[in-house]
Amino acid sequence: MSQTVGNEETFVNASDRNDDVNLAGLRIVITGGTSGLGLALVHAWHARGARVAFVARTPERVAHITKELPGVAGIVGDVSRKDEIHPIALQALGALGGVDVLVNSASSLGPVPLALLGDTECEDVERALAANLLGPFRLTKALLGALRASATDGRGGVVLNVSSDAASTPYPGWGAYGASKAALAHMSAIWNLELETEGVRILSLDPGDMDTPLHALAVPDADRSTLRRPEDAARDVTDAIVAALRRSARDRNPEREALVR
Amino acid sequence: MIAAHAPIQRPRDAKLLVIHAHGTLTHASRRCLPALLRSGDLVVANDAATLPASLIGVHVESREPVEVRLAQRRSLAPDDVAEFGAIVFGEGDYRTPTEQRPPPPPLASGDTLRLGPLRATVQRMLGHPRFVALRFEGSMLEIWRGIALHGRPIQYAYVPAPLALWDVWTRIAAVPAAFEPPSAGFVLDWHLLGELRAREIAFATLTHAAGISSTGDAALDALLPFDEPYDIPRDTADALERARERGGRVIAVGTTVVRALEAAAGDDGPVRPGADVARQRIDARTRLRVVDALLTGTHEPGTSHHALLGAFATRESLQRADRELAVHGYRTHEFGDSMLIERANIALASPASALTHSARASTMRVIA
Repeated sequence: MSQTVGNEETFVNASDRNDDVNLAGLRIVITGGTSGLGLALVHAWHARGARVAFVARTPERVAHITKELPGVAGIVGDVSRKDEIHPIALQALGALGGVDVLVNSASSLGPVPLALLGDTECEDVERALAANLLGPFRLTKALLGALRASATDGRGGVVLNVSSDAASTPYPGWGAYGASKAALAHMSAIWNLELETEGVRILSLDPGDMDTPLHALAVPDADRSTLRRPEDAARDVTDAIVAALRRSARDRNPEREALVR
Repeated sequence: MIAAHAPIQRPRDAKLLVIHAHGTLTHASRRCLPALLRSGDLVVANDAATLPASLIGVHVESREPVEVRLAQRRSLAPDDVAEFGAIVFGEGDYRTPTEQRPPPPPLASGDTLRLGPLRATVQRMLGHPRFVALRFEGSMLEIWRGIALHGRPIQYAYVPAPLALWDVWTRIAAVPAAFEPPSAGFVLDWHLLGELRAREIAFATLTHAAGISSTGDAALDALLPFDEPYDIPRDTADALERARERGGRVIAVGTTVVRALEAAAGDDGPVRPGADVARQRIDARTRLRVVDALLTGTHEPGTSHHALLGAFATRESLQRADRELAVHGYRTHEFGDSMLIERANIALASPASALTHSARASTMRVIA
């Protein structure tokens, strides 16, 4: 059995591409679904037949995406706010009738422009932690029963938390963001171990520097030609999820054919 | 019994009264539950998440305030969310005891209720001035959104603080289907599930739309529980079959699990997986086909929950249990203490479990 769980090792080789895998019937919840990697994932999973619910803060942008992609459930909500987590979870579970995959992609940079830690307001650190650590923690916890049911059913039960190389490398100026993403990666690794016997997998994955609105906020003068397209990063994320779904289904019930083949 | 006032799902001092198959009673700490189960047993719980089923608003025709409590739904299908059976109260909220709540303004089919962002039409009256069939306007998503943002968990006057959804969702809550929490499942947490596994006690779930426990009206209460849809995963049906083969007991966590499993059991056959509706009442006359023991809250005599206990224990045992609960200060209602009731006089998980089901049945009849 592969041991690639809980951290960046979940990257798959290019030869393991799963572009042809049919995701029809899988139920996925994606936060940060109106920009960057989250948006690319909404498009990718919708195109491949999955049942998609996405979460984002701005009603107009949510409405725009749902108009563009009929059948996708758009949920307006802010995962960094405690009171909004259960309404978000209820709408996602209601619309999809359960959940097989959760991608926590919504992220906050902390101070904009980036600041040295000594110059960072406490409130900016709190904001980064609320969006990048507490949000994924609370939403995962609210959906954990549904993810367990999915795993038991042989479907899957996978949470993918979007991480960053700033989680492992200390870049000056990225303190609030880096610390919150490091905490998210570590929480993912611990939770993954705790849930091994339930068949639920909690991964974190660094998709690399992408050409996204968040990156533009952090590095306004970046040479965009050196950055990955979110669509390419979404493919890596999807591959990691598919690999984890297969492992989860196989571990749980070796005799039964997995939903994802 | 004393009402449990605080919305704490797993108080450290929670108590457990055990009614053994042979009628003796013992007191235990609820934390010791796994030690009361046996290797080979199968624990089955209801993983329904609880809807925020209380919706306040206005009866458009009379401009009178109302509280609507969603109480019944045809199926658990995600898109079957437009039509509900509902109990309607007049002005006020849960702080007034249910039986003192004023009736709603006179309602008639075709009337409109404006409930926060939701609009609903009274499709027809269901034989009582408080009981209506409602139809929400809008798309499936708009209805889920309206319920999520405007609804509150149904609650009663004995819990003074307003409940949040996280107060009523069990640790294993999955599909939102219950109108009130399947509260026997409050005992479960991830640590306990690990402990069961370590003791080789199997665990499985089903989803059952646990209904409301009180309408404030004796005539309506007499109709409880309403017909309730449920869904039994294939994996759970398989686990039940394996437990039966190895002579393990089936322990239901909550009366809703009893209702679903017994509804899905064929005549002495296996439990059928899939979605259906539980319509039967379970009481002292019921011949249980599947469930060997029940973990449940402490219920007041006279309620439908208490009547269901009659399928497990003799009237004499239950009367002694009621006295013990009172004498030892057990707390009642959804955040209260618990009971574990073994089905009367059956030598469970012993060679005698090789008894055929019909032999079990005749034993039950003799006791009843």
